[in-house]
Amino acid sequence: MKPFTIVEAVAAPMRADNIDTDQIIPARFLRTPRKQGYAGFLFHDERFDAEGNENPDFVLNRPAYRDAQIIVAGRNFACGSSREGAVYALADYGIRSVIASSFSDIFFNNALINGLLPVRLEHAQVEQILDLLEAQETGVVVKVDLVNLQVRAGDLAFGFRLDGLKRRCLLEGLDEISLTLTYASQIAAFEDRHYGRLPWLKRVGEAAPEA
Amino acid sequence: MASTLFDKIWQSHVIATTEEGDTLLYVDRHLLHEGSRTPIEKLDDLGLGIARPGQTFGTADHYVPTAGGLDSLAADQRRMVEIFDTNMDRFGIRAWRLGTGRQGIVHVVGPELGLTLPGTILVCGDSHTSTHGALGALAFGIGASEVAHVMATQAIWQRKPKAMRILLHNDLPKGVSAKDVILFIISRIGVSAAAGHVIEYAGNAFSAMSIEQRLTVCNMSIEAGARAGLVAPDETTFAYLKGRPFAPKGADFEAALAYWRELRTDEGALFDREAVLDASEVAPMVTWGTNPGMAVPVGQKIPSFAMAKSADEQKQWQQALDYMGLEAGAPLLGVPIDQVFIGSCTNGRIEDLREAAAVARKGRAKVPALVSPGSGTVRAQAEAEGLDRIFIEAGFEWRGSGCSMCVGMNGDLVGFQKRSVSTSNRNFVGRQGVGARTHLASPALAAASALEGRIADVRTYL
Repeated sequence: MKPFTIVEAVAAPMRADNIDTDQIIPARFLRTPRKQGYAGFLFHDERFDAEGNENPDFVLNRPAYRDAQIIVAGRNFACGSSREGAVYALADYGIRSVIASSFSDIFFNNALINGLLPVRLEHAQVEQILDLLEAQETGVVVKVDLVNLQVRAGDLAFGFRLDGLKRRCLLEGLDEISLTLTYASQIAAFEDRHYGRLPWLKRVGEAAPEA
Repeated sequence: MASTLFDKIWQSHVIATTEEGDTLLYVDRHLLHEGSRTPIEKLDDLGLGIARPGQTFGTADHYVPTAGGLDSLAADQRRMVEIFDTNMDRFGIRAWRLGTGRQGIVHVVGPELGLTLPGTILVCGDSHTSTHGALGALAFGIGASEVAHVMATQAIWQRKPKAMRILLHNDLPKGVSAKDVILFIISRIGVSAAAGHVIEYAGNAFSAMSIEQRLTVCNMSIEAGARAGLVAPDETTFAYLKGRPFAPKGADFEAALAYWRELRTDEGALFDREAVLDASEVAPMVTWGTNPGMAVPVGQKIPSFAMAKSADEQKQWQQALDYMGLEAGAPLLGVPIDQVFIGSCTNGRIEDLREAAAVARKGRAKVPALVSPGSGTVRAQAEAEGLDRIFIEAGFEWRGSGCSMCVGMNGDLVGFQKRSVSTSNRNFVGRQGVGARTHLASPALAAASALEGRIADVRTYL
């Protein structure tokens, strides 16, 4: 995983609540092998018309936001389907961080595991950033700092929270699986207790008939 | 200290907790579908295998055709199903493939085979995993990377969600289904109201529900933003589980029963949030917009802009109505439709098909209507009851089992700017196809709408 420490880049404003993962990546693209890249699928049906030409009004197609690496959105960003393709599309396109008032729980985890930083701010703070971005003809550079847990945009500076395992893995570019494998003895000890208490739970599946 | 049911299940699965509050939870059951392709590629890259294949089960659902065989799919769709089969073989995972009797939608198959048990933790790489909470399990959807993590370790790192209770008092009116209940709840509390929370559904309206009705309610917990939704197991749950192929048998069942009877929220346990609603207010619901919270009783009009709580909400409504080709303040009843879909992990079970068939037998479909039983087991039961004949005679198409037109990944799509009444769970922009206009509703209301070729009030058919 690509580590995340500090990103300073143009931020694209998407002033909307409930931007769902079906919009971020329509389902028909999810059968594409991961290694082929997902950049072209990001917001596909809004970004392109039926002939595949860019929709000039879509925010990421506007000249000011061509180099955006940050998206600023409203409440409940990436709700709906758990499809991790939404994160792949954002990351492959070059988005490093999404700032929003809230995120769906599944997307929040998916993003962190893939080096995309979801930053939760108060809705009023998000609106101040959106106001700032929309007031300029050109792209505004926003700084997202995971080391100091701070977002800076113009004169605005807001702290955000992210701690524990996910932050550590993101800062260091670590994969959780390798960390969890070091817990093998705790997992085995847990299973001894769990199935000692609920022996029938272990037998379910083992003794059950094949379909 | 008094604990919630959610607390108890969580606490009984903690392997380790860090000082900062990250918890490593044990996973009892892991369910897979064709989306397991990417996680398995990740395992291969890491040189890892599946830690507990005996606790892992698979069924093909997202890409399987509902008419014709694999050859009816495009090459890259077919490839998803083939890779799934190969992977299940390679890792020795019990799986139900296309063409085998029990194949179907993972959230229909899990409960009906008794894989989903009270007090367990069950995960699956699909947001509608919340469905399984109907049996008193803590069940939640995860992403592909987390699927790979569970495969490799049988455990998952989580932050403990908060607890929310939704109390639904009083009795439901006649002619109201579980789908109406959950659409009513989401329309009242909103699509992100339960974010970061596990919902416990309680109150006599839920106690009186069958397991299949509870599955429908819990299924759409995610549409209110919830991490999971559950109902405390009771006699209805135990009776449902007894004799299911993978449920405990004999003395094991008795031992399990003793444990399951303890699984309830203690008197006085505190919830972080609570919503109290009146079941007698629930009516047959239909959505008018582009998220499941944009729903009204079918006899009511689409809200007028004056009813919006903010300028932002007004803008959202305008965008939704533009997409849907509808106008604020207009009636929904009688809006002409192009097709009907009956199926999905929300409403593809036998009770759903019985309710739809009871309406379908009273007329003939005026628009194409596709019925996809949620699994081979449901399909066989429906055929034994003659429901397939009722649908076919009424001009509905009787298809195979899969996610089908809920998400369109197998090519079962709604056309551009075509309008569907669908028993599925999401009316998002483009969900059923590019430009598709989806109205979510119950199976009976969908069947009634098929007979009339327009959005219909199911109550005239009861």
